[in-house]
Amino acid sequence: MYSPTYAAPTTVDEAVGLLANASGAARVLSGGTDLIIQMRSGRLRPEVIVDIKKIAGTIGIREEADGWHIGAATPGAEIGEHAGLCAAWPGVTEAVQLIGSTQVQGRASFAGNLCNASPAGDSVPGLVAAGALAVIVGKNGKRTVPVEDVPVSPGRTSLAADEFVYEFIIPKASGKTSDAYLRFIPRTEMDIAVVGCGITVTLDASGTCTAAKVCLGAVAPTILVLDDAAKILIGNKLDDATLAKLDAAAQAACKPIDDKRGTIEFRTKVAGVLARRVAAIAFERAAAR
Amino acid sequence: MNDISLKDALKVVGTRPVRPDGVDKVMGRAQFGGDAVMPGMIFGSTVRSPHAHARIIKIDTSAAEAMKGVRAVVTAADLPNITSEEAFVGEGPMNFRDLSCNLMARDKVLYDGHVVAAVAATSTSIARAAAEAIKVEYEVLPHVINEMEAMQPGAPVLHDDIFTSGVDPKPTTPSNVVKRMEFAKGDLEAGFAAADKIVERTYTTAPVHQAYIEPHACVAAFNPDGQCQVICSSQGHFMVRAYCAKLLGIDISEIRVTPAEIGGGFGGKTLVYLEPLALALSRKAGRPVRMVMTREEVFRGSGPTSGGTINVKVGAKMDGTITAAHAEVILQAGAYPGSPIGPALMTCWAMYDIENASAVGFDVVSNRPKVAAYRAPGAPISTYATESAVDELSRAIGMDPIELRLKNAAKDGTKALYGPTFQNIGYVETLEAAKNHPNLQAKLGPNQGRGVAAGFWFNIGGESSASLAVNEDGTIALVSGSPDIGGSRASMAMMAAEVLGVNVERVRPIIGDTASVGFTFVTGGSRVTFATGTAVCDASDDIVKQLRGRAAKLWEIDVEAVEWRDGSAYPAGDNAGKFEPLSLADIAVKSGRTGGPIAAKATVNAQGAGPGWGVHVVDVEVDKETGHVKILRYTAAQDVGRAIHPSYVEGQVQGGAVQGIGWALNEEYIYDKDGRLDNGGFLDYRVPVASDLPKIDVALVEVPNPRHPFGAKGVGEVPIVPPMAAIANAIFDATGVRMTSLPMSPPKVRAALDAAGK
Repeated sequence: MYSPTYAAPTTVDEAVGLLANASGAARVLSGGTDLIIQMRSGRLRPEVIVDIKKIAGTIGIREEADGWHIGAATPGAEIGEHAGLCAAWPGVTEAVQLIGSTQVQGRASFAGNLCNASPAGDSVPGLVAAGALAVIVGKNGKRTVPVEDVPVSPGRTSLAADEFVYEFIIPKASGKTSDAYLRFIPRTEMDIAVVGCGITVTLDASGTCTAAKVCLGAVAPTILVLDDAAKILIGNKLDDATLAKLDAAAQAACKPIDDKRGTIEFRTKVAGVLARRVAAIAFERAAAR
Repeated sequence: MNDISLKDALKVVGTRPVRPDGVDKVMGRAQFGGDAVMPGMIFGSTVRSPHAHARIIKIDTSAAEAMKGVRAVVTAADLPNITSEEAFVGEGPMNFRDLSCNLMARDKVLYDGHVVAAVAATSTSIARAAAEAIKVEYEVLPHVINEMEAMQPGAPVLHDDIFTSGVDPKPTTPSNVVKRMEFAKGDLEAGFAAADKIVERTYTTAPVHQAYIEPHACVAAFNPDGQCQVICSSQGHFMVRAYCAKLLGIDISEIRVTPAEIGGGFGGKTLVYLEPLALALSRKAGRPVRMVMTREEVFRGSGPTSGGTINVKVGAKMDGTITAAHAEVILQAGAYPGSPIGPALMTCWAMYDIENASAVGFDVVSNRPKVAAYRAPGAPISTYATESAVDELSRAIGMDPIELRLKNAAKDGTKALYGPTFQNIGYVETLEAAKNHPNLQAKLGPNQGRGVAAGFWFNIGGESSASLAVNEDGTIALVSGSPDIGGSRASMAMMAAEVLGVNVERVRPIIGDTASVGFTFVTGGSRVTFATGTAVCDASDDIVKQLRGRAAKLWEIDVEAVEWRDGSAYPAGDNAGKFEPLSLADIAVKSGRTGGPIAAKATVNAQGAGPGWGVHVVDVEVDKETGHVKILRYTAAQDVGRAIHPSYVEGQVQGGAVQGIGWALNEEYIYDKDGRLDNGGFLDYRVPVASDLPKIDVALVEVPNPRHPFGAKGVGEVPIVPPMAAIANAIFDATGVRMTSLPMSPPKVRAALDAAGK
């Protein structure tokens, strides 16, 4: 009968050791809002579960010179209550609070959402658009990569078996920079994104975009970073022509599937709709800085 | 009998006391089906078919039986082979043989999730591991999911003994079409010839699940002496007893079923899935067995209601007179015969007094779970189509949709298409209540629309039992046989308190087990407040009679000279003599000296249930870019006869409307190409969440039913009938696009808008 081993190490080295030496499949536990569900349904049966929440630095938010450091397992509820981070990155922080429900928010984390490697993870496009970095630890030490480099296909990440995400670093939003994230779901909450879109823009004093990053979720096997769409925004103001081009670029980038949550046609069209709506919010927020 | 027109004289009925089961529920102490414990209990699990249609070649249970902790494994070989016999034990007709095969497949599996074996072990995890160790060899057969495809010649045939009934000549080859039914009156052709405008359209609906929060759950013990105990949540413990006896071949007297609290049923718990299996496992294991379905099992294995295809043709003169109406309804029955096709046909035109009308229906099996009753079974499906078509007709002749309905409304004396002549109905009053509701004055903005639809449900009466005992201190013990799925304990206590003239807090209502109270039919058909309520009132009347007798004895006067008023006995007049009134408590404390304990029981087969009428008006806003429909405002008017506890009546109406909103917008069973259910969980089977909904405003209309002591009519079912059409009509009003397929989910709405160039 299936009976996994649970460990809650207090140091990174200990956790890495447990992961590296696991005889069967090992899984990292943060909030567990995906892992526990997948285990209960029988889809996943890891031999070893390594709970990282007792390791110093995996829960909490602090502002440092190089940006906001957010512990991997910091729950959404804690992120949503952090006034400084919410003011700096409204899109990123709103996105994580869309995961599940109030109860789920008490546990759900950025790292779990990212490493579950679903293209529909709500907190991922916002992190990517904000230029967030994932700090990964493993037996060869620490490495820092852009968040978008973590997921490689549905359910799979670029992390080695001995590695886990320790924390995230989100750069400080300088000047007229802000972000937004929206997702489309058939209901109003407690659902998985049919399409998600995160956009970060920087404006000059005239309201012209000088930098942008556009990311779509749930329309391809992994989240998509839309360089073409960013280029459309840069050098332009929020006008109808720019929005129309952004819509077209978002639709062109989509490589969705037909499934129970939406058709290819629907996802593609809604990706364009969301890109326009998210850009409008991001521009408005950046202009207000 | 009380004068039901004298509402003002009522002291308890019509008030809103706290429900007697409320504190336990809010404190989390209420004992539901899965909470029950029996000493030495072990745990059951099931093996379910992964195929939509397959022949069972071999079941190898040896590995499972050899596992440590496994105490019993059962397959169809452990259950009696039941012969075909129609039964009316639950809410709809059920064939005992089909029910037996639905519990545990025999020879063939007919749907993804069909049970083929069950196992009991000392823990749930061992039981599940053992279930996985049972090897079933299948010969996979071609399958058919869609009802229209199942009707085609050459479709895979599920049962070789189904020959379509109701057609002439009787077919000689088996098919999936179980029967054809028809109701007709007048001359349809002449009626359509007289029409100025005719609307003709085809509509489709998806199967939807009752989606009760509590999964099916029971604990059962089969004792060595043959006596059986079952604790379970169901809509009828007498129904559970009857089915278990029949399916296991044991006497009814050997089985005692105790009702647990029930976490929702909506019709889906008017039949059994687990209890006979748990008893069969217990018989083999010699230990009590608990079985609790997972949510996925609930979706795959227990009954949703039908999906269907409906063709409607309806015509009217420019003055609004509907001259002819026709509906053809094709319903999925699931894997075994018995969709709610009859009520679907009988209800769909019942709101209208139409000279020329017909309704034709087909009951069709396909490789889906057998459908179960769901709130007003059949009516929401057919009425979605007919009320959508009537809306289109009202627009075609340029008449307000409520005015059109008023012009053609069924009234007292109207002979329904299905036969009876309506009496004491409040449909016109319900239409007026909707028309006059302040919500209809709200101005609509861009992309917003308003839709109206009406609905009808028969409601039933039937067999119920209740007993009352006066406790020594004058408080009352009230026992009925109806599981409480909608606040009925409160209404039973209130009716008893009203008759007895005491505070409702003095009456403690419980639901008796099958050995403690007389037979009572299932909680279904919106019958409990009407039928069981009548039994409670009859028993209460008997108590009053006894109390008067005891007072007469104490005063040494004739019982006719004692009257009962406000909970006390009074001399009937000056001639009766001068005595201080005796309260119920005064009489109770002396009951030992006046003849012994005071108790009464009543049994009824209540007739004359008043039908329910609902008119719903909904305002929506459509996001044309995403197809998302937001419910802005919702108004539900309903003839309830008399609201015994208005809050719980409003709750029933609100709940029905909300389930209808889910049915309209997102709920559906999605199958993959292999006939496997692809959304068996609450993540992808989308019931509405609280943030999707506005407050559902309820307008209670009270046109009393003279056949009930206080005028009550059934209230629980009709509110799920109008929502789908009302929302479709509102979407048309907002966008100009007619949604003819449920659910009206965002991808479908956006596609329809795109196709229409909107």
